[in-house]
Amino acid sequence: MSGLYFGTLAVLMLAAFFAVRSRAQALANVAAAPGMRDVRYSLHSLPIYHGLLAATLVLLPMLIVFAVGSPIVIKMAETQALARLPAEVVSDELSRGAALRDLYNILTGKFQGEASAQLKGAAEALRSATSYGNWIVFAIGVALAAAALFFSIGHVSSDFRARNSFERIVKMVLFACATVAVLTTIGIVFSVLYETLRFFFDPALKGRPTVTDFLFGTEWNPQAALRADQGDIKTAFGFIPLLTGTLLITLIAICVAGPLGLLSAIYLAEYATPSFRAWAKPVLEILAGIPTVVLGFFAALTVAPLIRGWGESFGLDIASESALAAGLVMGMMIIPFISSLSDDVINAVPQSMRDGAYALGATKSETIKQVILPAALPGIVSAFMLAISRAIGETMIVVMAAGLAANLTFNPLDAVTTITVQIKTILVGDQEFDSAKTLAAFALGFVLFFFTLILNVIALIIVRRYREQYD
Amino acid sequence: MDAIVANPSSATAAAHVMPGSGFKVSARDCNVYYGEKHALKSVSVDIPDRSVMAFIGPSGCGKSTFLRCINRMNDTIPICRVTGKITIDGQDVYDQSLDVVQLRARVGMVFQKPNPFPKSIYDNVAYGPRIHGFAQSRAELDQIVMTSLEKAGLLKEVKDRLTDSGTSLSGGQQQRLCIARAIAVSPEVILMDEPCSALDPIATARIEELIDELRSNYSIIIVTHSMQQAARVSQRTAFFHLGTLVEEGETGHIFTNPNDKRTQDYITGRIG
Amino acid sequence: MTDISMSQPSGSYTVNRKFDITSAEAQGRIRSRYRAEARFKSYGLLALGITSVFVVILLADVFVRGLPAFWQHRLVLDVPVAADAFGAPGSVDAAAIRGGDYYPVTKAALAKAIPGIESRSAERQLNRLLSTGAPDILRETLVADPSLIGKTVKVPLLLSDDADLYFKGAGSKIVSRVPRGIATPSGVTGEVTVLTASNDFADELATIKRALSVRAGGVEREAGRLQRSPDKANQARAVELLEVAKALRARAEQPRGEEPLDADIPSVLVEINGGLVKATKLSDSAITGEVLLPLKSADEAKPANWKIVTYVTPEANRKVNDQEAAFLERLRSLGVVESGFNWRFFTSGDSREPELAGIRGALVGTALTLLVTLALCLPLGVGAAVYLEEFAPKNRLTDLVEVNINNLAAVPSIVFGLLGLAVFLNFFGLPRSAPLVGGLVLALLVLPTIIIASRAALRSVPPSIKEAALGVGASHQQAIFHHVLPLAMPGIMTGTIIGMAHALGETAPLLMIGMIAFIVDVPQSFVESATVMPVQIYLWSDLPEQAFQAKTAAAIIVLLGFLFVMNGLAIWLRKRFERRW
Repeated sequence: MSGLYFGTLAVLMLAAFFAVRSRAQALANVAAAPGMRDVRYSLHSLPIYHGLLAATLVLLPMLIVFAVGSPIVIKMAETQALARLPAEVVSDELSRGAALRDLYNILTGKFQGEASAQLKGAAEALRSATSYGNWIVFAIGVALAAAALFFSIGHVSSDFRARNSFERIVKMVLFACATVAVLTTIGIVFSVLYETLRFFFDPALKGRPTVTDFLFGTEWNPQAALRADQGDIKTAFGFIPLLTGTLLITLIAICVAGPLGLLSAIYLAEYATPSFRAWAKPVLEILAGIPTVVLGFFAALTVAPLIRGWGESFGLDIASESALAAGLVMGMMIIPFISSLSDDVINAVPQSMRDGAYALGATKSETIKQVILPAALPGIVSAFMLAISRAIGETMIVVMAAGLAANLTFNPLDAVTTITVQIKTILVGDQEFDSAKTLAAFALGFVLFFFTLILNVIALIIVRRYREQYD
Repeated sequence: MDAIVANPSSATAAAHVMPGSGFKVSARDCNVYYGEKHALKSVSVDIPDRSVMAFIGPSGCGKSTFLRCINRMNDTIPICRVTGKITIDGQDVYDQSLDVVQLRARVGMVFQKPNPFPKSIYDNVAYGPRIHGFAQSRAELDQIVMTSLEKAGLLKEVKDRLTDSGTSLSGGQQQRLCIARAIAVSPEVILMDEPCSALDPIATARIEELIDELRSNYSIIIVTHSMQQAARVSQRTAFFHLGTLVEEGETGHIFTNPNDKRTQDYITGRIG
Repeated sequence: MTDISMSQPSGSYTVNRKFDITSAEAQGRIRSRYRAEARFKSYGLLALGITSVFVVILLADVFVRGLPAFWQHRLVLDVPVAADAFGAPGSVDAAAIRGGDYYPVTKAALAKAIPGIESRSAERQLNRLLSTGAPDILRETLVADPSLIGKTVKVPLLLSDDADLYFKGAGSKIVSRVPRGIATPSGVTGEVTVLTASNDFADELATIKRALSVRAGGVEREAGRLQRSPDKANQARAVELLEVAKALRARAEQPRGEEPLDADIPSVLVEINGGLVKATKLSDSAITGEVLLPLKSADEAKPANWKIVTYVTPEANRKVNDQEAAFLERLRSLGVVESGFNWRFFTSGDSREPELAGIRGALVGTALTLLVTLALCLPLGVGAAVYLEEFAPKNRLTDLVEVNINNLAAVPSIVFGLLGLAVFLNFFGLPRSAPLVGGLVLALLVLPTIIIASRAALRSVPPSIKEAALGVGASHQQAIFHHVLPLAMPGIMTGTIIGMAHALGETAPLLMIGMIAFIVDVPQSFVESATVMPVQIYLWSDLPEQAFQAKTAAAIIVLLGFLFVMNGLAIWLRKRFERRW
């Protein structure tokens, strides 16, 4: 049905475009005839704009009719079909859904076993109502499109401003494109916020914690939430161990990436010859382009056993999913991030400042340490903040190399778990949107989102101030 | 078609110029604000048809700002606000019902730095006629392009390489290409914003010659920093200072016997 | 800065003392300052060096692990296809051949290659060396030419993952030695004893004793570690271990006599009379053990006709046991083992069997997903960039949109997964695991990148071009769509390719929307269940089979290959179309 609808749409659009354009072209030809040329602007817009406008005028109503009409048709057809089934089947949400699936399976011939006459009757009703509704939608769409077509043909005239109208529509489309990014943010905020509020305040939810339990609890054990009688394993939604785990790994990562990234940036910005830069930059870019799943593989299969092996030779007992391995590799991941951002801010320090220091006889390293770095400090701080936010939000490396057990420890040789690992663990596999466990993942997502958002906003504000200072 | 190519202005001008007015462009009480800044203060001037009018004055005096009001190029600056009235052939340029695109087809513009499109020479000139639908066939378009290049004195030099990029030409040639591009849409008025400031003296001389030739068919307004240039090419001159129009009159008169002290100071080099 | 330099002369208490730059003290200070300079510079170089070394190690590690997976070992055997293998002769159609049971066929082929295996368990082990997908080529051959049924066909049969790894070197070091004396086996199959006249097994016995004492040392160390642990249970275990170590030491120190062998020490075998005997008991002059490959006769063998073979890696530390290793070595010596490029890796979907698993499904899934992403985020991104750069009024709202886009670019990717789960799957009811949803989520994820890159590209087009177009009477949109946008296109394409490369490597949000299912079939449409390359890598990396490690690394090599091509393309575009204004 939608094939026919959009086929007709395409045909009508083409028809509108060519009919209207040729009509406008005819007017233009008359206007351009020798002797009449002085009325130079007899045709306000090029014929192609008349055509494009007509095609758009056909497209828009048909799209709207389809977008609005189709869901209504489906809804009404389903209501009609369900009305034929016994009341107890359609009483609750779950069995309604199952019944509808059955009906659709009958229609597509995928139904397992023999359907009852009642079910078959309902399926037939569903089919006929759907097809009836679709024909109505089709008729309305085509009628509107035809109206638009005749309107457009009738409106072709020398001073009809087709270009201006068309451009107004184009501008609206462009505006709609720009709003997608905003809608994404709104979508993120509302989806995580809604589920988070349900997690804390939905009275129908079994085993939900209080906000205090969540924020200050020191035990995290969401797995038991599904069954009430789990014996000695108690369900717990204490967020603290995840926070410490995340911060521990982030701290290790920053300890690795901070000095390495910053020193690399300083060297590249201040010391490196252009040819050296041309060689060193791609190395950092390669590192930046390596997918995190690859880094996770490396962390889990190479770095972690290596560290464990070293630890054993020193008599240390290191967990095979130690925070150290994950943190080290994550540090490597954010080196290019810190170095490229720092490189930018160091380059933005005006040459005049360097010249001032050199003129006093300062060496290059003295200039860097005493003039450039203090001047670039805000930018470097914001680079670190963005890097921290990235490390906190990174998922694959910790999923593959860090642990699952929520240990409350600061020992880098132990296994810890992170917020992102828990979100992934909870949400991969079967989920029901009505369990506290699933919603806990959204609560974690909410915390993660706002944690990183605050870091990003502060960092971006600092960067903006910094740019204004030197621009 | 014949009419426009053979003599673009005769038929057009006859249709547009109001009998007896004698002036092509008129401005009354024209003010321009950039945000809070009052950049142009109550300028009123009449510009005659088929002659060259020069705007002179020190940097930042508002002459370019005023020039850009005539074809509403200032519309592209969001904070810019224009009041007062500017008419071309009696038609208000800032009239809501007027399509700015049509206005700009009637008022061509040549910019300070030559800015050919990074396309072929042919496409540079043909762009205007294309978007205005002036040519019904390829042959007509060819004819418009050739005539325009001819009028801009560029045809001989580029005849064999019309498909080369416009940016491959020398600076002076690029500027003449821009003039050809402006002529191709058969404007009535051509605005030139310091067209020679980026050119060497030989190229400048070539452009000045061209301006003199074009004078018989178009009303030309040129903004220039060079008083000598104003004296060489223009029939009338207007002197701007600090956003006001100080004095306007016959070029010879302005340069030899100005009425205003400030004009005198500028011409003798005391303001600059 | 000023302070530091100026305080030198004026800070000293000696009034009017001039700062003498040639004094020894000043020279020394300058030298130390230069040393500090060199030190600082070397720190920077060191940081870059460490980073580079890391990148090199990472890539080398992946390549070393992954490259072997591009090759695969097969047995090229004469396969006798019985005339009635797929039903009564004459009534066999293609469907019967396709659906036929190939186990008896391949079994017969193996039995023909290594005859004389009587024990059921040995026979099973022999047949397990072949992959479950081994008959694939045979099946295709027979379907193409049914007349071959009833004849003997020479086709390659795919080996199982463990056998394949054995030939790639995951087996054991094998030492074989020619003895001095004459040996006599007591039988040809089953449990046999091989006697020699001249203490030929003394060396092996010594080796075994050494291995026992090494093992005892290892156990003692482990016991020591456990003893230090505060846990009571560990301490108890340590005591047990010490007992074990003591027993091992006793065995190692007992100078002569029969020594029982087990799976934790090297295996000793005797190759004699065309067969192979694995020792279970070893003394200086005799072994007792089971026959792995049947002997041709029980005649006595001269030194040149028999060999002592040691598999150095203990059986317990290998995937392939002695019986299987014996079969594989025999097959190798028959010259029927062939190594070839693993095309199947690119042509088949996922599988539970490592030797059958391929990335075709993931590649197609990736292509479908990225197609959706590109189709959405390129027009949306460019449209948004054009609007924000050219049409948006300069006000607080536009400012907010800008801040929002910059922030969105830094939101953790997993949060986009949550958005996809809550909005696309739960609210709009789109299908789980589908490339359509994956593409949607990735499009939202890379949209900010593309908007930012496109805006930068639009901004880099000089305004004079737009003015020129406006000057000849182009409308604002004509100026942009005819001139500015085409000139910004290389920059936009570069940004888009980089954004797509980013999307190609993204895993976490796709896990959230269920693209993690085990999917054997290659997806055919945008709404079927599918997986993508990075997720496939994640899935494989989690599997216990050793062969999947190599597969994972190989898949990473393919993914990195695509990424390098894409980034290379972006760099090329930038270089090729970069325009200086």
